[in-house]
Order: sequence, then C-alpha cells, then structure tokens
Amino acid sequence: MSRTADLVIVGAGPAGMAAAVTARRHQLDVLVVDEQAAPGGQIWRDVEAVSCKPQAAFLGNAYHEGLAAVGRFRASGATYEPNTKVWQVEAGPRAFLTRDGAASSVKARSMLLATGAQERPVPFPGWTLPGVMTVGAAQIMLKTSGQVPVEPVWIAANGPLALLYAAQLLKMGGRIAGFLDTTPAIDVSATIPKLAAAAFAAPGDLLKGLGWIVNLRRHVPYIRHVARIEAFGTDRLERFRYETASGVAATVDAHLLLVHEGVVPSIHPTLSLGCVHNWLGGQDCFAPALDAWGETSEAGIFVAGDGGGIGGAAVASLRGEIAGLRIAARAGRISAVEAQAAAQPIRSRLKRALTARSFLDAFYRPRASIFVPADETIACRCEEVSVASIRAQAAIGRPGPNQIKASTRAGMGPCQGRQCSYTIASVLADAEGRQVPDIGLYRVRPPLKPLTLDELASLDDVGCPT
Amino acid sequence: MFRKLHDPEAEAVTVYIDGVPALAEANESAAAVLMRQGSPWARRTPVSNARRAPYCMMGVCFDCVATVDGVASVQTCLAPVHDGMRIDRQIGRRSVTP
Amino acid sequence: MPDVSEAAIDTIVIGGGLHGLSASLHLARAGRRVVVLERSWVGRHASSSSAAGVRTLNRDLAELPISLESQDMWHNIEAIVGSDCGFRAYGQVNVAEHPKHVAVLEKRLALTRAAGYTHEELIDRAELTRLIPAISSHCVAALIVRTDGAADPHLTLRAFRRSAESAGVTIHEGYGVTAIERVGSDWQVHADGRSFVAPTVVNAAGAWAGDIAAMLGDDIPLGHKASMMIVTERIAPLLKPVVSVVGRPLSFKQSDQGTLVIGGGLQGSADIQAQKSFVDFSELAKGARAATDLFPSVGPLRIVRTWAGMEGKTDDHLPVVGPSPTASGVYHAFGFSGHGFQLVPVVGAILADLIVHGGTNRCIEALSADRLMARRPAA
Ligand SMILES: Cc1cc2nc3c(=O)[nH]c(=O)nc-3n(C[C@H](O)[C@H](O)[C@H](O)COP(=O)(O)OP(=O)(O)OC[C@H]3O[C@@H](n4cnc5c(N)ncnc54)[C@H](O)[C@@H]3O)c2cc1C
Ligand code: FES
Repeated sequence: MSRTADLVIVGAGPAGMAAAVTARRHQLDVLVVDEQAAPGGQIWRDVEAVSCKPQAAFLGNAYHEGLAAVGRFRASGATYEPNTKVWQVEAGPRAFLTRDGAASSVKARSMLLATGAQERPVPFPGWTLPGVMTVGAAQIMLKTSGQVPVEPVWIAANGPLALLYAAQLLKMGGRIAGFLDTTPAIDVSATIPKLAAAAFAAPGDLLKGLGWIVNLRRHVPYIRHVARIEAFGTDRLERFRYETASGVAATVDAHLLLVHEGVVPSIHPTLSLGCVHNWLGGQDCFAPALDAWGETSEAGIFVAGDGGGIGGAAVASLRGEIAGLRIAARAGRISAVEAQAAAQPIRSRLKRALTARSFLDAFYRPRASIFVPADETIACRCEEVSVASIRAQAAIGRPGPNQIKASTRAGMGPCQGRQCSYTIASVLADAEGRQVPDIGLYRVRPPLKPLTLDELASLDDVGCPT
Repeated sequence: MFRKLHDPEAEAVTVYIDGVPALAEANESAAAVLMRQGSPWARRTPVSNARRAPYCMMGVCFDCVATVDGVASVQTCLAPVHDGMRIDRQIGRRSVTP
Repeated sequence: MPDVSEAAIDTIVIGGGLHGLSASLHLARAGRRVVVLERSWVGRHASSSSAAGVRTLNRDLAELPISLESQDMWHNIEAIVGSDCGFRAYGQVNVAEHPKHVAVLEKRLALTRAAGYTHEELIDRAELTRLIPAISSHCVAALIVRTDGAADPHLTLRAFRRSAESAGVTIHEGYGVTAIERVGSDWQVHADGRSFVAPTVVNAAGAWAGDIAAMLGDDIPLGHKASMMIVTERIAPLLKPVVSVVGRPLSFKQSDQGTLVIGGGLQGSADIQAQKSFVDFSELAKGARAATDLFPSVGPLRIVRTWAGMEGKTDDHLPVVGPSPTASGVYHAFGFSGHGFQLVPVVGAILADLIVHGGTNRCIEALSADRLMARRPAA
C-alpha cells in the first residue's frame, strides 16, 4: 500500500505533536506515526493512561502539562498511527513503515523527523551485566508501571534527569543507597556567566534543580567527582567498584546500578538521508544542520525537538511549532510573510528557553572515560566487541568507523551502532591522535529499525506515486 | 529487582514467563514485568551466550528481546502486555529450522 | 613532479579492491615492485559489499576455463594467502520451482557436457531436500556444483591485503587517481597531490575503471550495477549450500556467524560519480518474497542491514581482462558484472603472466577490451 500526505511526522513527542497541531491549524493533511503505543514521546510517555494511576500524583507538573499537549494533539485532526515503525526515510520525501506486520510507504510534501534523543551510552567494564540499567530506563518504569527498585538503589550519574529521577523516587517511597555524582570538577569561571544567564531566563527551573540536589544530599550518601566505575558478576551484577578523581575508591555489593550521562540526538534517520551534520562541541554529539525553521540540507525534510540538538520538552514544542509554520507555507496554506510573523513570538520564547541550556551543557559535561573507556570494556553490546580489539585494529593504518565495522563487526548488530558509534569514533580519535568530528560515525544502512523478511515481502508499491 | 508501588486490581492480567505465571498490569511493557521477576533478564546473546536484561527501556539497545507469543526477537520494552501473553526468554541464536 | 622519495616502481595498480590486491600480490611474488593506489580505503566498494559467492555453476562458457582454475585456487586458498578466507565448499545449488524450469537446467547441463565439462550435476527433489531440509517442498529439482561455495569478503580482503603487503606491495589509501600522462615510455599517474611513475599500469578501478581507461586512452563502454543485499539477525544453523533459483532474483546462504545473507542481483540505484548507492525497497521486496517462498520458515526473521554495492558492468556481462589494445604497458581487469569475487585468485595470476612474461596460456581471448570497443557506435 502506498499513500500520500501533506506532512508526515515521525515521532509523537512534544515536537511532533506541536508541529501536527500547528500544521492542522492551517488545514494540512497530517500523518503522525510513532513506534510507541500512545502519544507523549519519552517525557510524557503513556501520559493518558498514567494520569489515572497512583504514580501520577508524584510525577510533577511537567508530566501533567503533557496531558494537555496530548489532548490538543488528539483534537487536532491529525491522523495518528501508534505501534508503527519507520524503517526507511528517503528524499522525496518518502517514509516506509510497518504496522501490524505489514509494510507500506507514504509520500509526503514535507517530512518532520521528531525522533527525539536517546541516552548517551555509558560504557565501562561490566556495563552489559543484567542489573546495570540507565536512569532513563528506571524512570520509564516508574512512570508507566509505577515501579521502583526493591532494594536501596545505587545511582551513578551526571545531569538533571538523574536528579529528577532521584527526587521522584524519594517522593514515591523508594530508597537510594548512594548517589555517585560523575560530574567532573568544572571550570567555574566559564560556567558562572552561563549560570547567571540561566538564572535570569528561567529562575524557576534553576531553583527546582537546586532543590533536588539539596534534598538529595540531605537524605542519601552523595559522592562527588566519581571518575571510574567497574561492575562485576556472573550472569548478573553482584558488586561494583567506583573511584573518585582524587583516588578515593570503594567496592560495594549491589544488584542494581543505574547510570546516566545525559542524552544525545537520535540522528540515524538524518544520517541515512545523507543530511549535513554538525559537531556540537558543547554537547559532545553530532546534530543535523538546520535552518531557522528546522529544515535540513535535504529540501522538505525537517527536524524538530531533541533530534536536532538537546533542548528539552519546552524547546522541542516551540521548535515543532516553528517547523509547522514553515511547512504550512511550503504547502501554500500561508504566505512566507505570515509564517515569519507568526513565528516571531515563538522565537522569543525559544530564545529564553535556550539560555538555561548552555549552562546545563557546560555544567554537566560527561567525564572523559565515558568516551574512551578502559580496554576490557565492551564497546559494541550487540556483537560483543571490546575496546581493546578496536584499538588493535586502529594500530593498522588509520581506519575510519566503516573499516572498523568491516573488520571487527562492531556496529553490525540489531541496534545498528546506536550504542557504540560514539565510542568507536572516540577510541579511534584517541588512538590516531585525531578529533571525533573528523573521524565521524558509521554509515547508516537501512532499515532504521529491524523489519522482518515477511514484512518486507508484504511491501507492495505497485502504482505508487513518484 | 523492581517492585510495583500499587496493586493493579481491576487491570491485573496474567502473563507466562517461560511458562511460569506472573502478575502484570494491562498495557505495561513486558520488559517492566520481567524486571520484577526473581530472575530479571530477557535473553542470552547469540555471540557469547551472556545474559542480558533490558537496558534502555526505549527501543534503542535490543537487549530486552525475547520470544513473545511465539514471535522471536521482540523488543519487550515496546510490547504492551495482555492477559495470557507468553514471554519466553530467548537463548542465543534463534532457530527457524522447520 | 614525480615523488622523489619513492623508490622505482615497476607497476602501479589503480584500485585497492580484491582484483587490485590480487594482481599486486602475484606481481610482487614475481619480484615486481608494486604500488597500489586506492581512492578511499582497501575494499571500500564491491569487494567488501560482495555476497562473496564462489560459484562456477551457470558461468558463461567464455569464462568457465579460468573460473574452474580459480576454483582450484580457492580450494587451496590457505596456501596462497595464509588464511582460509572463510571459504566453505558447501556447494551452490540452482533450484527449479516448477517442472517447466527443469528443462532450463537440463539445457544448461547439456551445454556444459557438450563442451566437455562435468562439474555440474542435476539432482532430484529427494537429494535436494536431503542436502537442504529447510527448502520448501514445492521445489522439484536442482543443478548443483558440490565443490562451489562461498567465502567471507572481509576475511578475504584482510588476507589478500596482508599477503600483498608482506610480499612487498605498498598500498596508498586515500589516493584517488585524477590524471595519467605518458612520459617517454613510462606512465605518470597523478593522485591527490602526488605522482607516481612506472612502465606498467593495472586498471582495477571497479565501477570507475571506464574513467581510468579513458585517462589511458582507451574508450571502453562500461555500465554499472548497484546490486542489493539483505543480512538478517544471527540464527542457529539452517542450511549449508548457497541457493539460487531459476527465473527469480535470489541468492540465499548462511554465514559462519549465523546471519542469512540474501542477494541475487536485485538492482538499487547509484550515483557513480558521487560514489553513492541507494537501496530500492520496492525492488528488494521481490527478493524477500523469493526468500520466503523458498524458505517459508525464515519469514519472521529480522533484517538487520541492507545495502547496494557498486560495480562495473559490461554489455555481455563478461569482464575485461588483458592488455590494452592501444596503450602499451596498460592492463585492464574490470567489468566483472556481479560475479568477479570468484575470479579474484586467477585474474591476479593472469595479470602477472601478462606483465612478467608478456603473455599467458590461460584462456582470455573472449575477455579482451577490443570486443567492447568495436561495439561502440562510430561518432
Ligand atoms: C552486492 C554484490 C554481490 C556480489 N556477489 C558476488 C558473488 O556472490 N560471487 C562473485 O564471484 N562475485 C560477486 N560480486 C562481484 C564481486 O564482488 C566483484 O566482481 C569484485 O569484488 C570486484 O573487485 P574489484 O577489485 O574489481 O572492484 P572494487 O572492489 O570495487 O575495487 C575497485 C576500487 O577502485 C577504487 N578506485 C576507483 N577509482 C579510483 C581512482 N580514480 N583512483 C584510485 N582508486 C580508485 C575504488 O575506490 C575501489 O576500492 C558481487 C558484487 C556486489 C556489489
Ligand atoms: S530495553 Fe533497550 S530496546 Fe528494549
């Protein structure tokens, strides 16, 4: 089956929903697809169902704002298809999807990729053991299942998400064995101006964050500047060892260790499209190059939300609205001048919302060993390739990531390099005395999400419009 | 490893993990249910037979894959449970020998 | 200016794919000083994206003699390059799904038998299912070469590279040839700011070999292919031989790692000048249908990767192997049209014959560049 739409949106999080609402306001024919079962994205995951559950009381206002956003989206008249995987995107623009085991394609005038972010992989020796999980994963279980760790839990993390989770967990009666703050000591003089700007732009957010830290320090053992972690166990986590930058070390028994080092944009779709990407030094990641409306280097293909650079939900919604305006203009529903005028007030709000971000980026820079972990660490979880074997290959010539993939199989598994591409790039940069931005990431080979042979066999594009 | 804060009451369903019944709440993810079990893991890898458990819960890592209602390699973190769902841990390389 | 730091070179090989490596290896073992110039990195194109089938089955009779010799070399590959290259001689099988297709197989068998070859064999359904229990029961018969098989392209690249380097070959990666001039009786080859001089040049530039030929003065028409491949998740052992089928695009096999590797010549698209290729999923769906028709149990398997690999293609699907008809000291090896992997060991040996001894007694008449140049309509 093959269809058409004015706009196809991949991802029903804050950015995708806001863009859909804006585009619908200008009567575009909008299709929104998402692999999750309900709208809301990662931040407002399953918010409709959860809002009637007991855990809702503890999840804070931000979560409830989500309910309103989902309500507006539901009422917008956009066609919404959950449980749908987008496994290929092409210039044109065209998207290939599977739903209920059947594949189809959609040809659209514009495409908005609002695929958000993923947590930055946190490789260290033992990180593949059952019992090592991300903080984001634990938070998803808190939100959608109302579940908390049985035993007092260890958290080793850096960044606001972990603080938020810790605050929520304590509020809901969970217990924390210890919080290992992996934030490296920072260059204060560089951060203060950003802090001041953030305090000016978003005093509420900053106070909230400060409150979490104060509360956390009052209630749980809090160890700063943790620089190294190593997990041990057969078949599951049994204990782990940590060491601070000043050399204080300890080994503790634990069955669960939650880790987090911030989030990075999900760029597989834009990489596979061949869009131009930039290195965002402040966030240690790549992001697609976007114009002021969120359009990529490929005409008609837009990105909004964390997929274009980490900004959080408020920024994502605003960027979704701005992209929606430009897309409406492309479809001829409003003039360029009208789009410009409508975007003006949104841009001012966006500017304010972004000021706090640069403080967070500067303050929560991940530690160096996250990028270049110890030799015995598994770099590629899927194919179980160690950092040592990447280094061994790096010693032969000056291979790039694609050669490493061919020679070690790193990046060839089902996650398609989502957990190892930055590690490979950083280890190569380290070994070859180069910089990550000029090493780059693997070439992305379709499909973006695994699809089955039966699903592909079901693709019948005969008579598809081109 | 994890416990639920509330009793699912009316929304309670039964799923079967490797044939053993377990209590769940309709529409939560199969991976979340796995993480409440005494043996909280999902699969053994096809490469070294190492045990793995859900890591990201958002569809990125593929460490949560299991056989769900007879379909292998399903990402359990993206699979909402229903009454009677069969979740079988996936051991190493799956077999499709007829 | 020629690179002064460079010691004198006997042969410049343009293209660091398997054919370039094989030629350089055989030349270096014959005592020649060889430099390989590769625009990106060794094996970047067809050689690493290949299905790596090692097949004599259904080969054109014109290339069958060298293909059969190459097959012997594959069975002896460890002695040649110090690695088995992942070569497994589990057989190649061409399956007939319908009784009417059996006639196609019989005709082919008659052709090779008449030419005196005995390597192909017709098998019935019972033998087919004995060899491949997973195959759908509707398949009626097959043509088989039991000594055919498949290798691992990455292991093969690594082995040929290592052997070539230890035989003294210098490989320059990141050097794309942009111009070639005649200087006296030598060739001066310009590549990314450097130049190299030698009396002989091997053109093994794959999909781009037509451009290199033009720089050397040969106008050889060369098209291209962008053959697509599918790789699945790893599964428990399912089958050993490589399976193809009459009348449909399919080549189906299982790698040592357990992944299914599915190809068969379905074409994506390519922008050759930009060195980019694209998968066409509407086309690839045909391959998935053929695979699931022949092996119904594989339908639920996840596809992990797909790609389209770029390669040169000639009008008659036979490669160009031999000296340039116009330029002295120039030797071509390209246009393998989707089946050059199997020929890698022998073609390198042929080029070494031609360059070192000035001739070869291997049968390459049908592979000369003349045949294609003659077909070029007069301007
Ligand atoms: C998908 C696919 C499946 C296949 N399956 C099989 C199979 O099952 N069995 C089989 O026998 N064969 C198969 N083949 C064919 C086989 O892989 C090729 O015939 C063989 O690898 C060709 O090797 P090559 O060295 O000629 O080309 P390539 O490997 O493409 O090497 C050419 C090299 O030249 C370089 N180059 C180009 N221009 C320049 C320049 N100006 N300067 C410097 N360097 C340059 C390129 O970068 C490239 O690395 C398949 C091919 C593909 C694409
Ligand atoms: S837990 Fe990572 S994909 Fe499901």
